[in-house]
Amino acid sequence: MSQHTINSKEQIEQITLKIITSYRHLSEEEMDWIALLQDIQDQFRYLPPDGLKLCARELNVPLSQLYSIATFYTCFSLAPRGKTEIQVCMGTACHIRGAEPILDKILQQLALNPGETSPDLEYSLETVNCVGACARGPLVIINSNYYGNLTMGQVENLLSKTRDINGEGKNG
Amino acid sequence: MVKLKTPQELENLRASLQKQLKYSAKTISICYGSSCKASGAEEVITAIKNELEKNNLETNLERIIKETGCHGFCEQGPLVLIKPQNIFYCRVKPEDASRIVKKSIIKNEIIADLLFQDPQNENIFTTEEEIPFYKKQTRLLMQHNSDIDPRRLEDYLAQGGYSALNKVLTQNTPEEILEKVKSSGLRGRGGAGFPTGQKWESCRQAESEIKYLICNADEGDPGCFQDASLVEGNPHQVLEGMILGAYAVGITTGYIYIRYEYPVAVRNFREAIEQARDYGLLGENILDSGFSFDVQVKRGGGAFVCGESSALIASLEGRPGEPRDKYVRNTKKGLWGKPTLLNNVKTLASVPLIVEKGSDWFRQFGTSSSPGTMIFSLTGKIKHTGLVEIPMGISMHSLIWDIGGGIRNDKPLKAVQTGGPSGGCIPAANIDLPLDYEHLSNAGSMLGSGGMIVMDENTCMVDVARYFLSFTQQESCGKCVPCREGGKHLLHTLNKITRGEGQITDLTLIREISEAMQKGALCNLGRQAPNPVLTTLHYFENEYHRHIMDQKCPAGVCRHLISFYISTEDCTGCGKCMDVCPEEAIRGEKREPHHILQGECNRCGICQEVCPENAISKG
Ligand SMILES: Cc1cc2nc3c(=O)[nH]c(=O)nc-3n(C[C@H](O)[C@H](O)[C@H](O)COP(=O)(O)O)c2cc1C
Ligand code: FES
Repeated sequence: MSQHTINSKEQIEQITLKIITSYRHLSEEEMDWIALLQDIQDQFRYLPPDGLKLCARELNVPLSQLYSIATFYTCFSLAPRGKTEIQVCMGTACHIRGAEPILDKILQQLALNPGETSPDLEYSLETVNCVGACARGPLVIINSNYYGNLTMGQVENLLSKTRDINGEGKNG
Repeated sequence: MVKLKTPQELENLRASLQKQLKYSAKTISICYGSSCKASGAEEVITAIKNELEKNNLETNLERIIKETGCHGFCEQGPLVLIKPQNIFYCRVKPEDASRIVKKSIIKNEIIADLLFQDPQNENIFTTEEEIPFYKKQTRLLMQHNSDIDPRRLEDYLAQGGYSALNKVLTQNTPEEILEKVKSSGLRGRGGAGFPTGQKWESCRQAESEIKYLICNADEGDPGCFQDASLVEGNPHQVLEGMILGAYAVGITTGYIYIRYEYPVAVRNFREAIEQARDYGLLGENILDSGFSFDVQVKRGGGAFVCGESSALIASLEGRPGEPRDKYVRNTKKGLWGKPTLLNNVKTLASVPLIVEKGSDWFRQFGTSSSPGTMIFSLTGKIKHTGLVEIPMGISMHSLIWDIGGGIRNDKPLKAVQTGGPSGGCIPAANIDLPLDYEHLSNAGSMLGSGGMIVMDENTCMVDVARYFLSFTQQESCGKCVPCREGGKHLLHTLNKITRGEGQITDLTLIREISEAMQKGALCNLGRQAPNPVLTTLHYFENEYHRHIMDQKCPAGVCRHLISFYISTEDCTGCGKCMDVCPEEAIRGEKREPHHILQGECNRCGICQEVCPENAISKG
């Protein structure tokens, strides 16, 4: 389940508690903190502070330990993610075929830096390293749809198309 | 699904599956690797399914259609193979579905315009085997990728899968398997090329009740996808390799650490584990042999350093993935302080083949010091981007021209980068270099996990060095100073040079920082991070000089050092460039030559892309 709405503290705690339950029986050695946080992130698409606090309380672990994991691994986000996720491949093959100017263009158009989400929670921008589609580079993925062999000229169209779709979603 | 209780039951099941396969009608094998997916494979699959339904063939849907792992020829995707003849259709579109079903499935016709045509000589090829890209390869690990639906264990069985395991459990002692792997000369495919048998033996000799096996599927090199193609496309071969390794070394618990960005690999491997357990090929008392072994999937967290063995182990223990100094080997003290065997995906996937066919058979491929095959991700400015499996020792020239089809747009080759962020750039002059561990590391690069990025005259070597450095610097875990601070300063210096603000003394500084990192960093991430810089500096020092002395980027990549010009002779004044320029930096009257206001221009290059007259140049 991926949620676009911001959940209330109660909802967050309720969902997180359910996840915690499946980890409770594990011994200290078996406990997999990364998997726990990944499960939470799968639910909310980010790690809500209320969820992390609950984990710390329920599983008796220092909150700082959870944060050290959450900030070390790039798969975790500590801020809510936007409705539309834009990923720009910065892998080597894409770089050689001109990914950098494409990224610059997108940064400029969305006024976001990689890793950031627009204040209205419409867009999140991220860079990724090789998604295995090097034959199509340079490549941008928007909500799991691939747009390959991009030229600078196409970027503008692509973004305005995405905006239109988002706009329709809002009205409809 | 019935649990197989004895080796004989497994062989009976295989025989019946193979009989089915022999008498079954045609199948359509559709590549569902990332590149084909990015070119629309999903739509093609849906269209073909619909078409089969329309023709009342849907009762056998699962048998007729196979969604498989990567077939390798990514450039030509989406790829569709008609089996058993292996008729090769490329760049297939959803609109082609009807013809494929009506002509190639219901009848026996070949659709000429979907076949691959070599642009070089216009030869047309009907089957996969005939295409030079495939013909010149030796596919051992990827051999069955197009025959197997990775989500069906039965498909792997029908191709002879798990027969190595079956034989071993009935006929061989663990020592015999260990001996076989040792004498095969197999070396680790994760980068360092450490002899696999030796590693296994050391772990076997370690005294401990509990030992662990880890399959490293973190594949962090940002231009590689061959490990993904195996875990996604033929998960049971990797799993069988893990089981055999566990048997030889005496291990009951295994993990596979899969890169976060590979959700399909995670899904397919999880399913493979479930199916293998259900069939009794994994878990307690495998095929009534008394041997037990089980595997769990762990998803990585998106950190390159976690591909390094001690960082990976820290991550498996649920901590941030910081490496440790390895004065004690993992085979003695690894995961949770217990002896741990850690191998790359390709290493483990080679094991069932070696066990089944013998070490002499394996040694006939490759060279005496690097036996077997290696899978390369052939990317960059190459005509045939894709995954290529070749015997070790073949020359880079042969790989690029005979298999890769040469350089895009027939430009001259400039350099080849191998080994990912830890590797280096090899200049075109050394193109005859044999591809094996020793030759590549003597040239200042490394085999690494098999990345091969081809570069032409439009690739700037300073920019390439800067790119890799910015990657390793970002991925540095920050634990040791040489890597954390050294990387930062190297990157800063390279950034200065690509902006035209470098000084000639910077080159000495680069060499000094690099040396400090090579000697002082805690793990190979930091020790090898200077490789891309040092090799480009060694082979292409002149290009660095041009950036520093003339503020020019000869390849036309470094944005601060290039300008765009419109040729007054060629410009017809059509106005297309003016329409697309985001900075409104182009001026000119209709049907009169236009010009660019350099002060306004942000050098995005869109004008050059749209100019129908090729009148815009970069310099
Ligand atoms: C920074 C760094 C990243 C690495 N990434 C990987 C990787 O993604 N996959 C891999 O198999 N080995 C990787 N390695 C090599 C491993 O440390 C280890 O040598 C290898 O997995 C052992 O398996 P092998 O003997 O089968 O090659 C990496 C090493 C370093 C220093
Ligand atoms: S580098 Fe972008 S998909 Fe491989």
